[in-house]
Amino acid sequence: MEKRKKEVLVIEDILGSNKKIASSIRQKLEEKGILAVNLLSSPGSGKTTLLEKIGLKLKDRYKVGVIEGDIETERDAERIRKVGLPAWQITTHGACHLEARMLARLFDQIPADLDFLFIENVGNLVCPASFDLGERLRFVLLSVPEGDDKPRKYPEAFITSHVFIITKADLLPHLPFDANRVTQEALEINPKLEIFRTSAWNGEGLDNLCAFLEKKLQELRAKNA
Amino acid sequence: MHELSIVADLFTIIEEKASQAKASRVTKVRVLIGELSGVVPELFRSAFNSYKKGTIADRARLEIKITKVKFRCQSCGREIRTRDISAPDFSHSCPFCGSKEVELISGRDLYLEKLEIET
Repeated sequence: MEKRKKEVLVIEDILGSNKKIASSIRQKLEEKGILAVNLLSSPGSGKTTLLEKIGLKLKDRYKVGVIEGDIETERDAERIRKVGLPAWQITTHGACHLEARMLARLFDQIPADLDFLFIENVGNLVCPASFDLGERLRFVLLSVPEGDDKPRKYPEAFITSHVFIITKADLLPHLPFDANRVTQEALEINPKLEIFRTSAWNGEGLDNLCAFLEKKLQELRAKNA
Repeated sequence: MHELSIVADLFTIIEEKASQAKASRVTKVRVLIGELSGVVPELFRSAFNSYKKGTIADRARLEIKITKVKFRCQSCGREIRTRDISAPDFSHSCPFCGSKEVELISGRDLYLEKLEIET
């Protein structure tokens, strides 16, 4: 018997289920007045160190929590706990990025009275950019040793972020990294980026970044009021 | 290599639509991949071909259509097509009026467009 073939028009967003979970996470966090930040960068560009430093600066006045995404180990969560902040580790066992459903699973453990929730994504400048986690702000980090040619090589991470942070700025005098070039290139790809230059080693730029975060938290709370 | 997790989500939609249409088999799957979606078409294809085994689409052919990056200028309202996002002159500003207030309207999305099924 001849089988009948027919076409079925679908037009459905393949990432729709991730986006739906992310939207629900965003709504819940924002209703509680929690400012969620998703941090993207290559491995070793200083996401955890930056969180340790700004966590220490913010923790006397604010409640700060950190979700750590890694392929294996609790190492990053342990580092964050050592500076006195609550941290939840997600180990993806091979997956190169976090997805909204991984966050949804541990959502009940997140205290409702947090001010800031930082989500450190798996170290990778490519894959995490495709997955909304329900964050209000996305930070992309690039460290000076990685080189100043990255924004155009990894456009999606820069296009989807709100903030671009150049880390390890204390190494600028020692390496051929043109901070003006990288800033200009990032702004050509995404003119709305806020740009910060930080060094966890000598403290450069950390107060500015904390002031920016406080301002964004106030904006969120003002929206809710 | 996040293509495999995206393909897993794709198959959830395929199985659901195939069952709604009372399909006995899915023979063709057509997806739209945005140039700026972060998905590599060849990797997507190999992930698709490994994932399809044992599913209703186990013999399905995958068709990929790449959707181009398009912006709309917020100032003059014109549509801007970019030939190549990695070109050295690519810039997130309007070539007609120079405004930097341009919004990405296409090129980031991933869609399952249609299926061909046997009933």
